[in-house]
Amino acid sequence: MSRLLRNLFMGLVVLFMALPLLVVAGVSLNGGQQLRFPPRDPSPRWYAELFTAEDWLNALANSLIIATSSAALALAVAFPLAWFVWRYRTGYGRLLYGLGIAPFTLPPVITALGFLVFWTVAGWHGSILATIVSHAIFFVTLPLVTISLGLAAIDRQVIEVAITMGADEPTVFRTVVLPLVRPYLISGYAFAFVLSLNEYIVAYMVAGFTVETLPIKIFNSLRYGYTPVMAVVAVVFVLLAALIFGLIARFGDLPRLLGAWSKE
Amino acid sequence: MSGLRIDHVGKTFGMFEALTDIDLDFPSGRFICLLGPSGCGKTTLLRVIAGLETPTTGRILLDGADITGMPAHRRGLGVVFQSLALFPHLSVGENIAYSLRIRGADLATRRRKAEELLALVHLPGVADRPISQLSGGQRQRVAIARALALDPRLFLLDEPLSALDAKLREAMQVELKLLQQRLGISTIVVTHDQREALTMADIVVVMDHARVQQVGPPLEIYRNPVNAFVADFIGTSNLLPGVADGQGLSIDGIQVAGARPHGLARGSKAAISIRPEEVVVHPAGEQGPNRLPAEVTFVRDLGASVEIMLACAGRELLAVTSPRERPDVRVGDRVVLELPPAACVVLPS
Amino acid sequence: MTDRRPRGLPARLPVLWPAAMLLLFFVVPFGIMLAVSFFHQVEGGFYEPGFELANYARFLDPFFGRALLFSLWISVLAAVIVIAVAFPFTYCLTRLRRSAQVPFLVFVLAVLSLSEVIIGFAWSTLLSRTAGLSNLVAWASLIPRAQAWTPSFGALLMGLCYLGFPYTVLILYPPLSRLDPEIPEASRTLGASPLRTFFLVIVPVLRGPLLGALIMVFVFNLGAYLLPQVLGRPQHWTLSVHITDQAVFQSNLPFAAAMAIFLMLFSLAFIGLTMVLGGRQEAAR
Repeated sequence: MSRLLRNLFMGLVVLFMALPLLVVAGVSLNGGQQLRFPPRDPSPRWYAELFTAEDWLNALANSLIIATSSAALALAVAFPLAWFVWRYRTGYGRLLYGLGIAPFTLPPVITALGFLVFWTVAGWHGSILATIVSHAIFFVTLPLVTISLGLAAIDRQVIEVAITMGADEPTVFRTVVLPLVRPYLISGYAFAFVLSLNEYIVAYMVAGFTVETLPIKIFNSLRYGYTPVMAVVAVVFVLLAALIFGLIARFGDLPRLLGAWSKE
Repeated sequence: MSGLRIDHVGKTFGMFEALTDIDLDFPSGRFICLLGPSGCGKTTLLRVIAGLETPTTGRILLDGADITGMPAHRRGLGVVFQSLALFPHLSVGENIAYSLRIRGADLATRRRKAEELLALVHLPGVADRPISQLSGGQRQRVAIARALALDPRLFLLDEPLSALDAKLREAMQVELKLLQQRLGISTIVVTHDQREALTMADIVVVMDHARVQQVGPPLEIYRNPVNAFVADFIGTSNLLPGVADGQGLSIDGIQVAGARPHGLARGSKAAISIRPEEVVVHPAGEQGPNRLPAEVTFVRDLGASVEIMLACAGRELLAVTSPRERPDVRVGDRVVLELPPAACVVLPS
Repeated sequence: MTDRRPRGLPARLPVLWPAAMLLLFFVVPFGIMLAVSFFHQVEGGFYEPGFELANYARFLDPFFGRALLFSLWISVLAAVIVIAVAFPFTYCLTRLRRSAQVPFLVFVLAVLSLSEVIIGFAWSTLLSRTAGLSNLVAWASLIPRAQAWTPSFGALLMGLCYLGFPYTVLILYPPLSRLDPEIPEASRTLGASPLRTFFLVIVPVLRGPLLGALIMVFVFNLGAYLLPQVLGRPQHWTLSVHITDQAVFQSNLPFAAAMAIFLMLFSLAFIGLTMVLGGRQEAAR
């Protein structure tokens, strides 16, 4: 495609993708309670509201607690599994890997309902711990895939040369494998963190009435009374995601992480 | 007993036989080349010696001690891989001092040793650079220095120069040989490049199809290949098929004498191997023993040498002469080829 | 260290913990859900253990059939539209320099990670009477006065496309970025225009990944649980919404579980299909 045509096409698509976000950003600046675009009496007061009003602050805290701890747990489950599948060739390893990929490929409602019945039976329904564990399993796919990519990028001869120089298995892991996959561990965590922050259906089915996260609170507001704070959260989330992915791109190789060949 | 003994080693991967009954004995302090085409088993043999593969049968003995079951990280060997396998997350100095670091050597010792080794491979003052800033030849030297950090009993290199361009490769071959002579370290290099093997080795091991074909000093192998494969793989060789007859061969009814008695039954199929530089081209009608009629099919003037391609006894044949001794022939000329008996090696086919 | 089979318990130790986590919190929940789908629903939102096919028998209701057909229809429609836009977009994207790709990728990832709740809210705002596009259109005097464009089928379709777009770009990104740049160049040197090259060379070469992406986006759209509630009318509710509704508001867990099992098998069948297609592609190389 000629350059002009290509730029025009890409620009239009990006505009379409950005349009709802721009309108929401505008709405978040309304001075009054109403959601109007263009905003009336522009004011940043609803941004303050998110960080001061107790109910929103509570939801924000819940979301952050769940996202930080579930991403850590997802990483803790994914790393040994990814390492094992990379290190050894076993049928059960591959099966477990497939199991780790499944939650993200199936329609989320299914997994969410599975968690709902499970936590009801286990008696933990409505607990924040249940949400954390559920999110960790639901998003384990992301660190699993990124770490596996990182491990696959390690030249096997690098490992072998370390062995011939006297490194036993734990030493190889500590001095070669770990430093080389560290960036992938970080991006795996970041992916899981951002998606957990935004996740609705699992959090809702596991503990929607007791542990209110920001997405749940937005949905409730959608039903029981709009407020510009919803728009504020949307803006904050978009910026946060852009910041985190931007950092990954800055310190890592984002195209390679998303499946392009490594630079040659 | 000092040296490396490979005692009837075999290795199979599932159905695939990578090594068949390899039985070799290397005195210490020698430079050995494992030479063969890709897939011949030479790299597998090197990996078995390094401990990266376990042999299916047989034993490996180093200085009299059986190391067959010893894990690779306890063997104390220095290995340079084809990809060089430098640690991308470590600096040059840290790469070289890796084996010292995991043994708990302090920083000062590591630094001193790294500088020493860098001086040894003629690359001083780059210890603090990241690997990514080095050229191909420099990386090569770092990989060699790193493998020598622990004064290994055996120095193993798998196609170490294959990533370099032709000029640099030749220079490194000489340098590697000089380094080995200076250190007197037992060295085994895997290569598919016969020029490399002839340049560096004290002993060449020619392998094909998982088996050792011939072992010996380079010139010995060049002059007296034991079979058609070795003759063809080492240098360029002309192979003329015929039937065993007395001390030589009968080719299209013409007697051609070989250098030595071949011990083949009269009438059995055999071939003569002769190097292109030994073939002498005479004008048609020339008389004498060990002569065959031929026709010139192509003449290639390369400046330093002249290659004459010929059709003889239904075979393509190559003769190489210096420009000074160049016979006055053109494409299509009928000529007579002299195959001096001393240069003719009779091989079973 | 070089052998590829674990020997003894210590070597297998690292895999025990992830195995336990995935079995306990992923396989067991599915087992329970499967069991519940055969349980007996009693009045008042409770259920009792049993084995009956009553929940599955309800699939024969016209209600379920309508919901299923609508889910399939809108999911396929949105998938086709999204692929039609995302494929050329991703192709253009991968032809850019790596450094120029990064801002686009960050943007796409940021939109992908957005909660369906936020996307639903954003679109309902964009299509609303007070803050939406219709204001703009009214201001340009194309329509007499601003009006609400949501809830409607069009709004839902638009929302689904928006939701699926970043996902599709990321699915298509690997095969397209690995496409040998010499293939389109060869076509160009043979005299084909860029547009012809795209349709006559790029599309056929990437037939397999394209079909795979279509199926993946289709399954992804089936999973939308919230947009139909926010942007659609009750007749636009998809299977995912009905599952949520039955589980949470109608308190009919057995029926919700039966529908979830059905949806899972359905999705797995399609995902399996893409794997077979992908495997055949690999084998053909």
